[in-house]
Amino acid sequence: MSFTLLLRRMPWITRLGLALVLLFAFLAAFGPWLAPYPEAEPVADVWQPIGTAGFPLGTDTLGRDMLSRLLYGAQRSIGLALVITVLSFSVGAVCGFLAAIAGGWTDQVASRIVDVFMSFPALILALLVLSVMGSSLPVLVLTLAFIDGTRVFRLARAVAVDLNVMEFVEAAKLRGEGIWWIARKEILPNALPMLLAEFGVRFCFSFLLISALSFLGLGIQPPAADWGGMVKDNAQAIAFGLPAPLLPAGCIALLTISVNLVVDFLLDQASRRSRRG
Amino acid sequence: MPDLARLIGKRLLLGLLTLFAVSVLVFIGTELLPGDLAEVILGQTATPEAVAAIRAKLNLGDPAVLRYWRWFSGVLVGDFGNSLASGRPIVTVLLPRLQATLFLAATAAVIAVPLAIALGLLSALWRDRTFDKTTSAATLAAISMPEFFIGYLLVYVFAVQLGWFPAISRISPSAGFGQKLWAIALPALTLTLVTTGHMMRMTRAAVVQVLSAPYIEMAELKGTPRRAIIFRHALPNAIGPIANVVVLNLAFLVVGVILVEVVFVYPGMGQLMVDAVSKRDIPLIQACAIVFAITYVGLNMLADIVSILANPRLRHPR
Repeated sequence: MSFTLLLRRMPWITRLGLALVLLFAFLAAFGPWLAPYPEAEPVADVWQPIGTAGFPLGTDTLGRDMLSRLLYGAQRSIGLALVITVLSFSVGAVCGFLAAIAGGWTDQVASRIVDVFMSFPALILALLVLSVMGSSLPVLVLTLAFIDGTRVFRLARAVAVDLNVMEFVEAAKLRGEGIWWIARKEILPNALPMLLAEFGVRFCFSFLLISALSFLGLGIQPPAADWGGMVKDNAQAIAFGLPAPLLPAGCIALLTISVNLVVDFLLDQASRRSRRG
Repeated sequence: MPDLARLIGKRLLLGLLTLFAVSVLVFIGTELLPGDLAEVILGQTATPEAVAAIRAKLNLGDPAVLRYWRWFSGVLVGDFGNSLASGRPIVTVLLPRLQATLFLAATAAVIAVPLAIALGLLSALWRDRTFDKTTSAATLAAISMPEFFIGYLLVYVFAVQLGWFPAISRISPSAGFGQKLWAIALPALTLTLVTTGHMMRMTRAAVVQVLSAPYIEMAELKGTPRRAIIFRHALPNAIGPIANVVVLNLAFLVVGVILVEVVFVYPGMGQLMVDAVSKRDIPLIQACAIVFAITYVGLNMLADIVSILANPRLRHPR
């Protein structure tokens, strides 16, 4: 199935989700250049309300411009989640495929190890590791990529085991097609909606996890702006009737909802396909 | 049914093995410390003599396996050692917090479970109609949102603007049951919103699956009334998967509680663990992690056992 065909089948709500995802992607790419103020410097009085002249989204608990911090935060929060997802996807998928191909003893050991890590709640595991190792950026990225990778491993392994015994793959093998041709022409088109959906799910997982950790003060460290940390910084404002923490929290919610709208559509496509197949 | 007993016994054994592996994982975590526990306790400026004294007192010179065994056998009888920050035995700190967390989680479960099952059932029966599409969109949103967004949104509306409930959930031990419920109204509602979506979607999927089974089509073709199809043919077969879904989500609830407790400054286990992490109180972090893990692994095991009990096909494996 090609991208254009997928696009044409989308209902309006999925298109809305996709448009929002693209908007967030744009803000993540260019946020710091669009920001009117630097992220870490106080530029006005603290907690100016939304709509103040020069500060359309107000200022935060230290008098920094909310809009600028949201834009800088977009790049950091989304960018890091993307890096983590790409890492976990490549490593997890390669290991999962290898385990499925190797089979036997190797597969058993790898799968049992992954089972143990998956039986442990992700947030607790992350808290445990970060409290011991201290929260630096490499530790954060590697920890989350590892946790995420165990989930990818399991899916990739299952997909590989399934595909190996599918009739059209057998047929192609019997026709004498090469392994790359089979992967490109037979397996990838069939797995595309599923893979894209899984990428979206894993992105949301690591994005929410990194935001949660920052919210708890263990993720990205101040004064660098990121959405989870901004919720924590501005939590006090709500007691004074200002919705300041709702802005970054709302950005997190809107992005995950948008991604999930697209994922939901892709999963639906994938399940229709497997029902027909 | 010796087969059934063996199947459940097998699952119990697997659960115990998982817990053992998880306890090793929690212990190994502290072995990753740059330096060791003695340096964490005393801080950067400690003299080598003081570090050596603490090291001797905590037997840090012993091999890791021996220290693991000492810690693990303590955990088995409920002895988690002493907190580094306060010096008090961890059990006395942990128990009241665990009680508070269970109270909050139970309250949320009492609302969320019936609500999710009813909504899931209705949207499966009215599949692809307006009700189904609306609840599907609403639950998708509820699932996607982080706990702290829902939490602060509820605080903003119900505590700040309307003033109906407190924004911070402090409960004094002397408070009556009604007062306690009022204090935890907003965190309980947050947890309800977060878990209902998951549970409802999974319930819907379970019922849809049952309704697409050939025996339902058979009943329809025989001209069985719709009511009888649902209550005599479909529901008894959907109870297993639904019970499984409910128990799985209870496990979800216990972990989701961490963020909600921090939002509402609620004195539960989650808040305790986060505080311990910021103070680097390693024994207390280990204790919290292992208690959370036991609850989580235990509930997952229970979910599997429930589905074994409810599914005749699993009761008689080939």
